[in-house]
Amino acid sequence: MESIEFVLNGKPVSIRRHPSARLLDVLREDFGLKGTKEGCGEGECGACAVLIDHRIVNSCCYPLAYARGKRITTIEGFAGTPRYEAIARAMGEEGGVQCGICTPGMIIAAESLLDENPKPSEEEIRVGLSGNLCRCTGYNMIVKAIRRAAKEGEGLW
Amino acid sequence: MPDISKAVPKLDEEEKMSGRAVYVDDIDIPGMYFARTVRSTVAKGRIVKIDVPKLPKDYHIIDHTDIPAKNVVKMIFDDWPVFAEEKVTHIGDPIMLVVGKDRAVIDDICENIAIEYAEEEPVFDFRDSAVDYRFEKGDAKKAFERTARHIEYTYRTGYQEQAYIEPQGFVAYREQGRITLIGSIQCPYYVKNAVLDTLGCGEDDVRVKQAVVGGAFGGKEEYPSVMACQLAVAVKKLNVPIKLVFGREEDMEVTTKRHPSTITLRAAIAEDNTVAALDAHIKLDGGAYLGLSNVVLSRSMLAVTAAYTIENLNVAGDVYLTNTVPNGAFRGFGAPQMIYAIEMFMHHIAKDLGEDVLEFRLKHLAKQGDMTATSGHFHEPIIMPALIERAMEMSDYRRKASTYAKDESNHGIGMSWFFHGCGFTGSGEADHIKAEVKLEKDIEDKVHIHVAAVDMGQGSKTTLAKVVAETLGIPLADVVIDNPDTDFVPDSGPTVASRTAMVVGGLLARAGQRLKSEWVSGETVVVIEKYKQPDHIRWDDEKFHGDAYPAYSWGVNVVEVEVDPHTYEVRVENVTSAYDGGKALDERIVLGQADGGIAQGVAYGYLEVMEHDKGKLKQRNLTDYMIPTAVDTAPTRTYLFDNPYALGPFGAKGFGELTLVGGAPALALAVEMAIGRKVTKIPVTPEVIMELMKHGKH
Repeated sequence: MESIEFVLNGKPVSIRRHPSARLLDVLREDFGLKGTKEGCGEGECGACAVLIDHRIVNSCCYPLAYARGKRITTIEGFAGTPRYEAIARAMGEEGGVQCGICTPGMIIAAESLLDENPKPSEEEIRVGLSGNLCRCTGYNMIVKAIRRAAKEGEGLW
Repeated sequence: MPDISKAVPKLDEEEKMSGRAVYVDDIDIPGMYFARTVRSTVAKGRIVKIDVPKLPKDYHIIDHTDIPAKNVVKMIFDDWPVFAEEKVTHIGDPIMLVVGKDRAVIDDICENIAIEYAEEEPVFDFRDSAVDYRFEKGDAKKAFERTARHIEYTYRTGYQEQAYIEPQGFVAYREQGRITLIGSIQCPYYVKNAVLDTLGCGEDDVRVKQAVVGGAFGGKEEYPSVMACQLAVAVKKLNVPIKLVFGREEDMEVTTKRHPSTITLRAAIAEDNTVAALDAHIKLDGGAYLGLSNVVLSRSMLAVTAAYTIENLNVAGDVYLTNTVPNGAFRGFGAPQMIYAIEMFMHHIAKDLGEDVLEFRLKHLAKQGDMTATSGHFHEPIIMPALIERAMEMSDYRRKASTYAKDESNHGIGMSWFFHGCGFTGSGEADHIKAEVKLEKDIEDKVHIHVAAVDMGQGSKTTLAKVVAETLGIPLADVVIDNPDTDFVPDSGPTVASRTAMVVGGLLARAGQRLKSEWVSGETVVVIEKYKQPDHIRWDDEKFHGDAYPAYSWGVNVVEVEVDPHTYEVRVENVTSAYDGGKALDERIVLGQADGGIAQGVAYGYLEVMEHDKGKLKQRNLTDYMIPTAVDTAPTRTYLFDNPYALGPFGAKGFGELTLVGGAPALALAVEMAIGRKVTKIPVTPEVIMELMKHGKH
């Protein structure tokens, strides 16, 4: 099995595993990055979202072979950055976190959205989050958090 | 003293956001094995023969023959086997576990196990009643005889799937002869007690720990005991650590759902056009095993008149066994079905009588001192008129209702009124739960909370810590609360029934008062507090007579919709709510509960469809079982009233379930107004609306 190389959370990595392995499993099992969650295994819930070349991707539907040469960022890599801090602060202020299983994926979705559109309208935020399911919050507090992050973190995106 | 309602950062939000929180599937133990369940593929039958392929070295089958003691999962009714023996009762009935190190090999073994069944005719309709409860208030028979006009409607509700985003799971291992189970659970002691019964071992031989729980909503109340018992049997026999975590499809196929119901209501109308008597028959589909369905039925029956007082009642309830997935706990616990039915019925009676709906409902609204459905009393102040007025003002209900009722705009607005009984039914807290909490102050003057209450997202770690900090007058940072571990926490009861804030929080407040008086700086001080039934609460379990709950929370939901005139799709435009939950222990947390609860409640009314075809669920995953996305969810406005309850901590009552139970009727009433047809069935899907538009009823 040939090795597949990519950049994971800023560091070049190399992995020997079947090219059809799900990126989700590679991240969780081979790299121990457990912040990326499995909620449905078929790309519906977004709990497994990661950034690939800075766009949101459901890692449960992404074969390892596609990762070759890509820049992959998980919640662990994103945490601690100024953008993460702005989103996390806003999530706390607005009450966007309940059980937390969707939260890393939601934060990844927020980053992907704000990176593309630093001043999204409420409608654009809702559409931007529509690939990430949350059963606890009814989304409104998350939507408000992203509005707040965009405002208070102005200039970061 | 600062107002306890003022929001503080949640104690666990940082670890959850950064991905550091450890959920059950995140736990790896060196040398860990995996397990997968082999299940019945027929709805009813007898197992004739099982052919297991030759197993590779270190792969194992675990079945009923491995159970050391009882092949039963302890719940309320002990009718749920750990593994099927000879007979299977539904598609998904567990027969055995396949255990080994490589999941691909396990899958391969599972696929090559051949089971031959002698199939029997399954039952899917309401034929075999397994629980039959009745109660009366006043003299309904006489009231029906004395009145000329009687109105009857039948209401139907479908399944609802909890759809927590984290599927169920456990990791279990053996250490010095003891078995430890770590799971995604609501009730550590339910799990522990069930495993003790199945293994037939001593109290100290089993330890249960809660992993961070990724949503539960009742779905992780009793079902985890099934998995835990199976896994404990396997660990006991094989003496290796094993992980059993469901994928989404297995979780959706086999875990408990909200009971589908058929509720027939008949009213005797007095000469002044009020309801003189109500005759109710509540039928719940229990699925293949009862589990705790009788308690769900109780809560349905106790909510029979919801926010109204009706003098004469004849209430009957049945749970029917069918050869389908067993149904069980789900936020609201039988109340959503009943509150939906009675709210629709009150509207339908008013319409049939030509009465103003709002006036008609107000005439029947319950007041403090009124006799409850079970001939107890509403002891506490009822501030519903204020809630109703506020919700109507905030939503512009009066103007919109009168406009939409007449125009052809395809808009509708619906308003539901409801209560939720806080805590266990009747004497449940005193007789069955007997909750106990412990506070332990260490030598550094940090105070450790020891309770079995699980934070499954509702924020109980934060609210309970606030209760203790405020009671003691110490900083929140000096209070420590970890996930429950039965080796350290007493049994403060299950995390269910909207009891955590009020009952567990109440006990902690009392423990805090005592700790304050016994406080010696620099020394260890331990305080234990036990539940005591308030003296004025009296309940007869046999007769369904007396005070069914120590306190009630109250609410009003207003939902506005637009129904597409061509596709009949329902779009929820906004939701307005007013609640009396006593006193918010943290306003932001409570508002978060409100937002999430109403989203589930409204979606139950129109969006969430689950059906079975000859016992096989048609919806298999989150792609075909639709829960709301950020786009489906409407903006909410929520107003929290303070109405402190003397026996709750800082006045708090139950809140978690209150926010769900009124969603479906408000939605259905809005749709009813928009389409000008009576709705008697939820979810009110485009297909249901199309039928209503064609035939006028469904």
